[in-house]
Amino acid sequence: MEETLNTINYALAGFVVIFGSILGYIASLFIRFNNLKKDEEILSDQD
Amino acid sequence: MKDKPKLLTVLDGVTLVTFLAATAMVFFYAPTERVMGAVQKVFYFHVAAGWVGMVSFFVAAVVGVIYLIKKSPNMDLIGIAAVEIGIIFTLINIVTGAIWARPIWNAWWTWDPRLTTATIMELVYIAYLMLRQGIDDPERRARFGAVYAIVGFLSVPLTFFSIRIFRTIHPVVIGGSDPSAVGAFDMTPKMFQTLMFSIVVFSILFIDLIWHRVRLGKFQNYLEELKIKLQV
Repeated sequence: MEETLNTINYALAGFVVIFGSILGYIASLFIRFNNLKKDEEILSDQD
Repeated sequence: MKDKPKLLTVLDGVTLVTFLAATAMVFFYAPTERVMGAVQKVFYFHVAAGWVGMVSFFVAAVVGVIYLIKKSPNMDLIGIAAVEIGIIFTLINIVTGAIWARPIWNAWWTWDPRLTTATIMELVYIAYLMLRQGIDDPERRARFGAVYAIVGFLSVPLTFFSIRIFRTIHPVVIGGSDPSAVGAFDMTPKMFQTLMFSIVVFSILFIDLIWHRVRLGKFQNYLEELKIKLQV
């Protein structure tokens, strides 16, 4: 019977990539939205 | 800019709860694979991310066709949103695959047909974003983007079927593997349920993200129009 490999570090790295990428994309949406809100305020002041 | 729809807020909640449930299933419900150990658990989200990547590019191609027929700016917004999300999830798929491969194949990377076609697919869609950046006229940008999304979609079935057409060491999850595949395993019912649930959850996440990204695109367009109006 084959021995189970100790691959916990690789599993952790994999989940860091998965959660980090998804959270990073959500953060990018949030930051872009906030920047647009600021632009909107500036433009409405000029209006 | 319109307020956030209530349905989107509900979808955000459903996405969060189901995502946490899928994560709990991966860690506590699905058994640990006997030979590969903990790294096999990455497989559930690796496959689900690959699924979302391909679905995203399919959506981009379909809305590309609709855009060319109807010239609706909303279709262009959905197209760019789908490609952006597809790139993120395909990247997750490729990187987690490399992390899984290191202890199982004893190599981070090999120019196997699946890995190669997936990388080409990713690069094709990164080039889509670069193409759009290079075109100033919004109508022309949308038209070129639509055509590119349709032609670029050829890379998706090539990637999907690569492990079924070519001799490869990449395991086939559903259906028989090539005998030379390394790292294949028989899924137990609990593993299969976890995989299917992960795919459903990632599909919900995709709908949620695309909705947010389309709203962002609409906001951008609204501000562009406002800027032009103020200049006049």
